[in-house]
Amino acid sequence: MMQVSKLTDLYGREGLSPGHTACQGCGATIAVRQVLLAAEPPYIVVSPTGCLEVVSSQYPYTSWRVPWVHVAFENAAAVASGVEAALRALEKKGLGKRQKVIVIAGDGGTFDIGFQALSGAFERGHNLLYICYDNEAYMNTGIQRSAATPLGATTTTTPTGKLEMKKDITSILVAHGSPYVATASPHLWKDLANKVRKAQSKEGPTFLHIVAPCPRGWYFDSHLTIKVAKLAVETRIFPIYEVEHGRYRINYPVPRPRPIEEYLKLQNRFAHLLKPENAHILEAFKQWVESRWNHLLKMAEAFPL
Amino acid sequence: MTGNDAAAYAVKQSDVDFISAYPITPQTIIVERLSEYVASGELHAEFVATESEHSALSACVGASLAGARAFTSTSSQGLALMHEILYVASGLRCPIVMAIVNRALSAPLNIHGDHSDVMGSRDAGWIQIFAENPQEVYHYLIQSFRLAEHPDVLLPVGVNLDGFTVSHSSEPVEVLEDSVVKEYLPRNERPRLDYYSPATFGAFALPTHYFEFKVEQDKTLRKAGEVLDEVAAHYPSPEGRLRKIDKFNEDGRIAVIIMGGTTGTLRYAIKSLRFRDFSLISLKLFSPFPSRELVEAVSDADAVVVMDRSMSPGAPLHPLASNVATSLYEAGVSVNLISVVYGLGGREPTIKMVLEMFEKVREIARGGGKRLSRLFLGYQGDGL
Repeated sequence: MMQVSKLTDLYGREGLSPGHTACQGCGATIAVRQVLLAAEPPYIVVSPTGCLEVVSSQYPYTSWRVPWVHVAFENAAAVASGVEAALRALEKKGLGKRQKVIVIAGDGGTFDIGFQALSGAFERGHNLLYICYDNEAYMNTGIQRSAATPLGATTTTTPTGKLEMKKDITSILVAHGSPYVATASPHLWKDLANKVRKAQSKEGPTFLHIVAPCPRGWYFDSHLTIKVAKLAVETRIFPIYEVEHGRYRINYPVPRPRPIEEYLKLQNRFAHLLKPENAHILEAFKQWVESRWNHLLKMAEAFPL
Repeated sequence: MTGNDAAAYAVKQSDVDFISAYPITPQTIIVERLSEYVASGELHAEFVATESEHSALSACVGASLAGARAFTSTSSQGLALMHEILYVASGLRCPIVMAIVNRALSAPLNIHGDHSDVMGSRDAGWIQIFAENPQEVYHYLIQSFRLAEHPDVLLPVGVNLDGFTVSHSSEPVEVLEDSVVKEYLPRNERPRLDYYSPATFGAFALPTHYFEFKVEQDKTLRKAGEVLDEVAAHYPSPEGRLRKIDKFNEDGRIAVIIMGGTTGTLRYAIKSLRFRDFSLISLKLFSPFPSRELVEAVSDADAVVVMDRSMSPGAPLHPLASNVATSLYEAGVSVNLISVVYGLGGREPTIKMVLEMFEKVREIARGGGKRLSRLFLGYQGDGL
């Protein structure tokens, strides 16, 4: 595995061409570009239905310079299982060559509707890298809440703010016994690139959870995407860590976190949280961030990488 | 061999590369056998035991697009769960072959044979073949791989066998040599997922293009009927060649049209119990529907009986009868048509039931006219 420390260490093959129809400032496509520049060829990309699919594959055009397949919403991990196992069989029979398989899915296709297929693929141990670009709601259908939507966020189906916490997807995948589970942010591109390579170097199913700020659905100006991602990390809301065979390392320690309000006030989906009458929700949000961070610290201390 | 054993044996000889499946009665034995063949090294394939039928077919789509010869098998609720992906498999032109061990749909839950499952998937754009017995299951599955992978077809194929009456009934099955099957099923190149030749599979189409995709798909499916004749003509076992319709006692004045395992019961009744005024037409290909051949076979009949093993609630006619009636209408043939629903939830017609039905049908036929009658065979209410 070649470490990435400068831009020229990337493979340099753009997997996603410009001209796709994503919104200005789309965090997901920034992340996907970084993933594909880092990913070691040869590989095949599988995507479920979602923003990425819709902005990249309008017939008769395609933005994909790499082999790409979309089948449906809830089955990307199952499709990827089929591709991976089929290539293994074909290689044994001299009818083809193995290529790596990368799933790139949104949070709806991962946390919610695709969760069963994802769990099945990880339990069976297929050799694939599953990447979730997390924009914390169903953006493609118009900003509806998902299991990845954080407490308090307004969406078109939580008009007064979501009442439930965000599902801890990474812990669930760690519990599947995956050899490598990690989080990343597009503002830390070297960390992201190296995690893609590290995940690809493992045998078995690996998972990369990437924060993907969405100007349209989070209600912030489109030039702020990277700043919002950075604040998510620096407020400890989105911790950057990796778990290798159950052993934890925090890759981006945040000894002096920025105030959570700095992150919230940039996004109109949280506007109501800053009103005095909603102070209790803001408090619950802060407690959630703190308890998850403390849990992570304890895991990193108890099971260090 | 049972129908399920015959299916597994045919799939093994067809040298599939990939199998994914989820257990469901009465299909399960097919994939149990296949997993044994893979474990023993008799079959060189990846066997993926998925966590649902939806994932089983999704994995087959992925495998097929990666270039593999892919197989799955299911029944009833499993096929219903696959429903969404059935359309994707045909739309993405995946030559997947699936054994469908026909079983009733819930509710009420019922594990026994009828055709409700496959008829619920009638418009999914698959080629649908019906086998009458384990021997046909064997022959038709092998021919299905060649048909599916034919460059002018590239469509998925379902081979249907009645739950329990065919899937679990044991009878002698003649098989071909492995090498003969291998020679019959050459590997054809087709577009596949490959980093060195990148292509996009599963793009979305706006109203500007979607319509054309669907009409082209329909044309291809219709053409597959012609390709089938060619594929069958090359099949090394002449008696095993798949014909769209199989006729028995062609001179009978009352034509009975049926698909699947109950064909044998009717044939026995006509042959042994001297209902020589009945002819029997066993339909082996349901989709694409062989209208021309069917009309030719029944156009001189005094009455046409269509046996449906499923219902279309609220519809003017049940699926098979509806297709037959439309075919006759298109050909300008006006005939006394009798729609019979039978065997729902595994109520397999007995000889006695069939005889009663034949008597009733004779009565209707004698009455003449060009009308439509409806019967329920074996129904305990106020039907036949």
